[in-house]
Amino acid sequence: MVYVWSVVCFAGLTMALAAVLMVAARVLVNYGICKLDINAGEEPLEVDGGQTLLSALYANEIFIPSACGGKGSCGHCKITVTDGGGPVLPTETPYLNRKEIRANLRLACQVKIREDVFVRIPEDLLNVKMFEATVASSVDLTHDIKEIRMNLVEPAEIAQRPGQYVQVQAPSPEGPVFRAYSISSAAHEPNEVELVVRLVPNGVGSTYLHNVSPGDTVNFTGPYGEFHLNEDPSVEIVCVGGGCGMAPMKNIIYTLYERWPERTCWLFFGCRTTEDVFYLERFQELAKEHPNFHVVYALSDELEDGEKWDGETGFIHLSVDKYLEAGVPRQAFLCGPPLMIEAVTRILLAKGLASEEIFYDEF
Amino acid sequence: MNGNSALVILIAAIFTNNILLTNFLGMCSFIACSGQIGTSLGLGTAVTFVMTMTTMINYAIYHHVLAPLGLEHLTFIVFIAVIAAFVQFVEMFVERFSLKLYFALGIFLPLITVNCAILGASLFMVIREYSFTQTVGFGFGAGIGWAVAIVLMAGLRQKMRYSNVPKPFEGVAVAMIITGVLAMAFMGFAGMVSIQ
Repeated sequence: MVYVWSVVCFAGLTMALAAVLMVAARVLVNYGICKLDINAGEEPLEVDGGQTLLSALYANEIFIPSACGGKGSCGHCKITVTDGGGPVLPTETPYLNRKEIRANLRLACQVKIREDVFVRIPEDLLNVKMFEATVASSVDLTHDIKEIRMNLVEPAEIAQRPGQYVQVQAPSPEGPVFRAYSISSAAHEPNEVELVVRLVPNGVGSTYLHNVSPGDTVNFTGPYGEFHLNEDPSVEIVCVGGGCGMAPMKNIIYTLYERWPERTCWLFFGCRTTEDVFYLERFQELAKEHPNFHVVYALSDELEDGEKWDGETGFIHLSVDKYLEAGVPRQAFLCGPPLMIEAVTRILLAKGLASEEIFYDEF
Repeated sequence: MNGNSALVILIAAIFTNNILLTNFLGMCSFIACSGQIGTSLGLGTAVTFVMTMTTMINYAIYHHVLAPLGLEHLTFIVFIAVIAAFVQFVEMFVERFSLKLYFALGIFLPLITVNCAILGASLFMVIREYSFTQTVGFGFGAGIGWAVAIVLMAGLRQKMRYSNVPKPFEGVAVAMIITGVLAMAFMGFAGMVSIQ
């Protein structure tokens, strides 16, 4: 009997307390309508106070990159708040360095709108849209990597640059979250977006994308990313990827050969075993059409008995070191795990690349 | 039942039985938040308010709900829930009406939830079998006592910024030593009144 009373009593008290708090939240956390001024525009937006800056911007279709869904754990939603944001909070300091704090950078998900707020947002981000697309195909590339092609529905076209990424909206028990994926389809195919997704155990985004089938609707925002391909055709492009870090480089290579069929480009791709190799044949086909395109795949694990492999072996930075000559003007794009990026960056610097010419996507 | 009047208990809770300096409860926020007099005064006020209110609420819940039903074993968890909810409420209140204090207190306001002095005061109230008026006096006095201690400490630490503290003692170490000295000084009040 005492157990029943204990449970009833505690549950009753907790519910009473929760009810009091909910009423208090209604009455106290109500800031009315505040103005939200973007880039000193002529007409400031009018938003409900009490919400975070990030949700106010989303509600007005300004899609700041944010992977964690506003929990303050990814640090992607940095924007400049010139006035009305209050002091920097302890929840933001881990993601902002001193220079950024001096430049009034804030995490939009942590800034609460209590008064009129003035923000500055790069033009690139203002062009970000929310897309609705239907899945056209979902193909297994390896045992854990899928290629997902989507046809855009609304808006029907995307203006992307190679190296840019989209944020796919994935359902999760705590509401929708966004996960970033690089676009692997070329920029001259504006009606389609293709992603290359590796299944991460318990990953929210990759589990969702691995389970979509043709005809399903997928929502994403984009395009994001600062990368600009060097426009000078005499500059060589070097792409180095590892594991599943293929998507942005596929986009770069196809876009490149659409515009400059004679341009020199290197693709280095590191895998563990022959089972992890994908896209090799299609790149070899492309290399036949464009003699200045060089494809090098390398396996880091030892071959099993009876396996055939005529490519390189060892870690991918060794192949980079072996094939590239020093002193040629180049731009490099790296995509893969942090250790690979570090090793390859060291080689590229030794080959005479300036660090401003080396871009990377780390994961 | 305890025989002292509420006023005696109030005075005693501030001086002779200061919850911080004799029971050493609520040390974490005391050490962390005693850098500036302004902040510590704000936190002290918040603690006083929360302590007075939660001891009163907990008195009512203990004597009218838990004790009659024979559910004294729920005391801890219920007190903690009440304190947590009340601090949430105070946080919303402060955010609305004193944004400056809200930012000054920062994450220390939610930390009041786990300030053991608050829970300690409610539990002393039960152990010492106070009546309702005595509870009010005790809760308020203990809060004032805590606030007095942290403001004194903040004053000392502000002065200390210009003094030559030996390197190994800088920061928290010297703050702990000063707390000990302060506690010994408060023992001088011991003969005045006494509560148990």
